Amino acid sequence: MKTTRFSDRRGLALWIYVVVIALAGTATIALMLLFQNIKARKAEATQNAFRVVEVSDKTIDPAVWGKNYPRQYDSYRRTVDIERTKFGGSEAFQHLDDDPVWRHIFAGYAFGTDYREERGHAYMLKDQRETERVTNPKFKQPGACLHCHASTLNAYIDEGLKAGAPAGKENWEAQIQKGFEVVCKMSYSEATKLVEHPVSCIDCHEADTMNLRVNRPGFLNGIRALAKSDQPTPHLPSIERWRKEGRKGEYSPNTEANRQEMRSLVCAQCHVEYYFKGEGKLVTFPWHNGLKVEQIESYYDQVGHKDWKHKESGADVLKAQHPEFELWSQGIHARSGVSCADCHMPYQREGAIKVSNHHVRSPLLNVAQACQTCHRIPEEEIRARVVSIQDRNKALLDRAEEAVVSLISALADAMKRGSTDADLKPARDLQRKAQWRLDFISAENSMGFHAPQESARILAEAIDYARQGQLLVLALKPAAVTASAP
Amino acid sequence: MPSSVTKTRIILGLILASTLGLFAGVGGYTFYYGQGFSYLSNDPKACVNCHIMREQFDGWQKGPHHAVATCNDCHTPHDLIGKYMTKAENGYYHSKGFTFQDFKEPIMIKPSNAAVLQKNCVSCHVEIVDGINTHPGDPKKMLDCVHCHRDVGHGPIH
Repeated sequence: MKTTRFSDRRGLALWIYVVVIALAGTATIALMLLFQNIKARKAEATQNAFRVVEVSDKTIDPAVWGKNYPRQYDSYRRTVDIERTKFGGSEAFQHLDDDPVWRHIFAGYAFGTDYREERGHAYMLKDQRETERVTNPKFKQPGACLHCHASTLNAYIDEGLKAGAPAGKENWEAQIQKGFEVVCKMSYSEATKLVEHPVSCIDCHEADTMNLRVNRPGFLNGIRALAKSDQPTPHLPSIERWRKEGRKGEYSPNTEANRQEMRSLVCAQCHVEYYFKGEGKLVTFPWHNGLKVEQIESYYDQVGHKDWKHKESGADVLKAQHPEFELWSQGIHARSGVSCADCHMPYQREGAIKVSNHHVRSPLLNVAQACQTCHRIPEEEIRARVVSIQDRNKALLDRAEEAVVSLISALADAMKRGSTDADLKPARDLQRKAQWRLDFISAENSMGFHAPQESARILAEAIDYARQGQLLVLALKPAAVTASAP
Repeated sequence: MPSSVTKTRIILGLILASTLGLFAGVGGYTFYYGQGFSYLSNDPKACVNCHIMREQFDGWQKGPHHAVATCNDCHTPHDLIGKYMTKAENGYYHSKGFTFQDFKEPIMIKPSNAAVLQKNCVSCHVEIVDGINTHPGDPKKMLDCVHCHRDVGHGPIH
């Protein structure tokens, strides 16, 4: 009996050994994993980019850059994603079916045949090559269109050198400007063969340092014209400084703007209002009198520009493009020093590394990182505030559409009744003003959010001008026009 | 001559001793490598060991309170036990979050920590704010100084 009990105790002791060894072993392995984790985080924190391939200003293909900067490249590739927000997003729905009044508003213009919502950056070149505005031979689009729908930097430089621009790095801009002139006046079908990528790393970054850099000739000319004006630009302090220091030479964003300004200016290379100037079809940003809607209009009036003659009303009207930069410039975020990239490419953390998210998209799809960094309130509250701003803007926009369409119908009726061009001129001028303002907010891609109060002001003016125009038409032949009154 | 059972015990004892030794060694080195002792200190640099607080640290260096208060002066209670309890609690959540990468971005202060912060604002500024300092210590009801004076600690934004 004694022996048995003794050996039982010994058996128990052996088990304890085994259990304690197993526990200590497991704990040791866990510690080793922790050690490895700390080591990985420390390595990440050094933020080393390993240049496994050489990239230069000639490297257009983003996949090559992606080997050196895989994190940025991963998110860049996600601009293929298609997602709707309440008023926009990146799905190519047809605006003309969504809101058929735009067929009237764009009557006689390419946008009256195909007006789809923009998809993500990845699709910019493909979608341009496929839209009926370009494929239908009657519209005869020029190479100018590529300025913002392809990675054109090297195409411009190559064409510029061919056309006799001086060689050498110091003549970089002369080459771009020369090539730009050549490509703008080509036919679209010819020019599009010179490019193969949508917006690429090279369009915003300098290859040696990865510094932000602007290179689009239309933008460089436009921002210089703005700098030369006297309009205040408190959100672009480098312009104000250049003016204060005696306006020497030309304002140069690449050397004078700070990094935070550049985080907006690279976007302003394309997300802007523009027109094709003269026979050379040179992409021109109309910022000579300032960035506000009426200042751009006054420039167009000075140079006698019209985009087309309205098919139903006979008015010489303007088409607004996508004046995101211009509207943002009037808003509180710009005034507070918040750049485009702060909300559309917010920093995200990967381990111990901070990476700016190159999946450029609506901040509404990423409220936590886009908004909460500054606005320390719940996500639902932020979303609700944005939606209430946009809903109000949409309500005003709908009224402005109605007002403009009413004026178009009134003018069309008056033409049928035989009113002369001289009779109709004042009302047609008001259509131009009203439609320009309506389209400025409608084509702008934030449903008023980039500058809510400015947006409301513009739409109020649109409604007022349209109704004033209607009154003028009514005054022509009071008895006959009641049919077109709203 | 020892029995086979005794032999086994000796072998197991050796294995146990070496496993425990390995545990202590690896543990000690990990603690050293992870700068474990720095977390017991008052040095603000300890708070950027894990890189998450980099912006807050940078902002603090340029912020108005830089000259008069460090991280711990505002974020931990001023009594010894409370201070190390708070350090232990936050240390646990911070290490867990940073190791498993399962925290929400952007990081935001928890109500219990906001209450600690508020008490510390008052402890220095009591003479000025005594008359308006409502519900001190109650995270849900208290008057929150940094609601308005947000940039005093970390400078603008953070």
